[in-house]
Amino acid sequence: MHPGIIFLGVIVGSVLFHIFTPWWWTDIASNWGAMDDTINLTFWIGGGVFILVCLFMVYCIFMFSYKEGRIVEYKPEDHKLEKILTIATTVGVIALLAPGLIVYNNYINTPKNALQVEVNAWQWGWQYRLPGEDGILGTAQVTEISDDNPFGINLDDPNGKDDILIEDDVLHLKTDRPVKILLRSLDVLHNYYVPQFRAKMDAIPGIITYYWFEPNKIGEYEVLCAEYCGIGHYAMRAKVIVESEGNYENWIKEQETFSDLIAKQEKNKLKKNLMAKNNN
Amino acid sequence: MSDEYNQKNTPLEAKSSETMSGTSGTSSKDIDYVRPAELPEQDLYHGHSFITKWIFCQDAKIIGIQYFLTAVFTGIVGLVLSWLMRLQLGYPDLVPFITPEHYYQFVTMHGMIMVVYFLTALFLGGFGNYLIPLMVGARDMVFPYVNMLSFWMFFIAVCVLMASFFVPGGPTGAGWTLYPPQAILPGTPGSNMGIILMLASLSLFVIGFTMGGLNYIITILQARTRGMTLMRMPLTIWGIFTATALAMLAFPALLVSCIMMTLDKMLETSFFMPAILQAGEVLDYGGGSPVLFQHLFWFFGHPEVYIVALPAFGIVSDLISVHARKNIFGYRMMVWAIVGIGGLSFFVWAHHMYVSGMNPWFGFFFATTTLIIAVPTALKVYNWIITLFRANIRMNTVMLFCLGFIVTFVNGGITGIFLGNVAVDIPLSDTYFVIAHFHMVMGIAPLMVIMGAVYHWFPLVTGRMLSEKLGKWHFWITFLGAYSIYFPMHYLGFIGVPRRYYEMYDSPYVASATGMNEFITVAALIVGFAQLIFIYNIVSSLSIGKPAGKNPWKANSLEWLTPEVPPAHGNWGEKLPVIYRWPYDFNVPGAKEDYITQTTPPSEVINAEVQKT
Repeated sequence: MHPGIIFLGVIVGSVLFHIFTPWWWTDIASNWGAMDDTINLTFWIGGGVFILVCLFMVYCIFMFSYKEGRIVEYKPEDHKLEKILTIATTVGVIALLAPGLIVYNNYINTPKNALQVEVNAWQWGWQYRLPGEDGILGTAQVTEISDDNPFGINLDDPNGKDDILIEDDVLHLKTDRPVKILLRSLDVLHNYYVPQFRAKMDAIPGIITYYWFEPNKIGEYEVLCAEYCGIGHYAMRAKVIVESEGNYENWIKEQETFSDLIAKQEKNKLKKNLMAKNNN
Repeated sequence: MSDEYNQKNTPLEAKSSETMSGTSGTSSKDIDYVRPAELPEQDLYHGHSFITKWIFCQDAKIIGIQYFLTAVFTGIVGLVLSWLMRLQLGYPDLVPFITPEHYYQFVTMHGMIMVVYFLTALFLGGFGNYLIPLMVGARDMVFPYVNMLSFWMFFIAVCVLMASFFVPGGPTGAGWTLYPPQAILPGTPGSNMGIILMLASLSLFVIGFTMGGLNYIITILQARTRGMTLMRMPLTIWGIFTATALAMLAFPALLVSCIMMTLDKMLETSFFMPAILQAGEVLDYGGGSPVLFQHLFWFFGHPEVYIVALPAFGIVSDLISVHARKNIFGYRMMVWAIVGIGGLSFFVWAHHMYVSGMNPWFGFFFATTTLIIAVPTALKVYNWIITLFRANIRMNTVMLFCLGFIVTFVNGGITGIFLGNVAVDIPLSDTYFVIAHFHMVMGIAPLMVIMGAVYHWFPLVTGRMLSEKLGKWHFWITFLGAYSIYFPMHYLGFIGVPRRYYEMYDSPYVASATGMNEFITVAALIVGFAQLIFIYNIVSSLSIGKPAGKNPWKANSLEWLTPEVPPAHGNWGEKLPVIYRWPYDFNVPGAKEDYITQTTPPSEVINAEVQKT
């Protein structure tokens, strides 16, 4: 069999695979449809180039297989052709880059009305902190973390007192409201990734990183850690529940604030002290 | 020819068709003029004992073979590791000893071995050593002794790397990128001896490579024979030369990051380590930046991609030209594309870090530079396929591998445009799409070139041909198998399957991926075992292969024109060759044969209407 037939088969097979593949995007559940559009555009332009280049190659090997005495073109250079190809490629590249950069500009500029959610990552688990009524998260640092202060909130920062602490890996979000995810890590790199939201960013110990999205589909989503973080990396999952505003408000009312936690701990301490006194 | 400077200075680029045909009055002395040598010949060390001839050898050709065999050995280790990973992914829990710890160790060692100890060593240490002196017309590398040390340093680096399999805790499982803090914290396998040996081995590799790299660069710049101008060098040499220059600039970044991380690990400095809380304890670190390591690593890591790719580009250009019996199209553009890609490759590193938490504004810059690099790369692809147009293509094993390279490289290059474009990268980064992309573009594509190059140059190295029949089987199984491993893998990335997952459990995304994972594993096993055909072909052809004779492919470049085949120590016998033309004069109108070697003086092919010399 002529090798050109097999190469042709590879190209046709690739195209057919792409058309009929059952493996494709999960249904999008956020505002980042523009990312999918950019990818589709890249598929059209890039895929077109792939097909053209490969078909031309196959054409050449069909037409110009070795034959004794075949007249071969002798043309070391062709400036006109080279110029056309350079310009055409540059135009194609710009067509791909420009929309990409516009989408990226949206990605790094968070809308003003975004709800803030701090995601805390460690080996190997997640917890969350939401700002309280003041809308501001209190400052925090790793060295402050203790059993009494699981998020390491600076005790002298008044903004931290009403922060809502969620010592659980299930996060609730309300639908159709932008969320700014602020990422903190206590130990190594992690990444808070929900495929349906498309967005992701690493969590790094020592600095706070962010990304934003607007969930727009009610449902439950699995969170995957998308930056290798040691042996438990593959098991580092969590859950996001996107729900209606009413359900979300009900959920958030049940959560504990930092002052609640401090009060509870004071109470416990008092109780302990009392018990210790009584025993004496 | 004359050695006098005041000889009439005939321009080398004279159109021979115009100036020479019909002017039989001009003596061949004038048209064959080549500038005299500027440096005297070097003295060579001739080994006499077995040890100086074959072990601590100073002949670049033997050193090349030593590099080649050592790299292939580590490559086979890397291949077996990939099987073990694939078995876990396709058939979880089938092999009891693949625990998460082991899985991550296999992932890490597979990656590091393949990129650094296999591909880099093979292209530059292996092909570079063997081909540079032969192709530029030198008797050997300029510093043969340092060259010998280079190999042995590499050998020690490999030994240290392999030793890490046997230390307590095993090799490091930090992922080949070795990102701190996890690389040196106990949550990662091999975070004690494993990572220390890895960092030591990499440092040794860089030291060894620097010795070799200086040799390659200086030999190419200083030891070319008479007439071998830079713009007459084969593209193989251009590729290796540029790649080596990149390596000399990029490897120091790796070396310093290795040293800094070793200090963080052993002396508890905090270059890359911020305050960290682990198992309820605040560690003795503070103030360092994990992102700094990523910048250093990728400042090395991205040029590293081109350190592998550029020699492959160069070699494949030569193979295509020889076996298509046509000059490479747009030679000068090919040279400038190689150099341009090499230069640009230092300005794109942070495209590996779009979601790393670096300043998000960097994304605009690095997306732009990354997509700019697509232009010269695409031009190279165009030139390869235009070279095939109206050529006379021998459909042998070498050409098949070249065609396989074009298909896989174009495929992987285009998925690179996906990942380089920052907005597209965000959903795709850290998924199987990335795995599929880089295996296609810097795994399979360069491997296609390496294998093609082995079929091409085996007759030169051993004096015997490899079996064409076995070669074709080897090609089709490898190409079709590898393509069916990596092409569908992109689509798993679209689902969102993350990389470096030991197991997916019952995530909703992966129900449909299970069958595909099994298929990929089976294909990987088949492709791996198919390499036995290759090894058998090489071993058996050493004794029963058809004798090659001189220049069996009718190539033009110098390495085929040595007085002895395989070339002897010192390469050229009594007299160094003199070069009159570029190596791509195939099927020149008016010439009797379909090729004109680089050493053929114009007076011998007086009717050939060459356009470029």
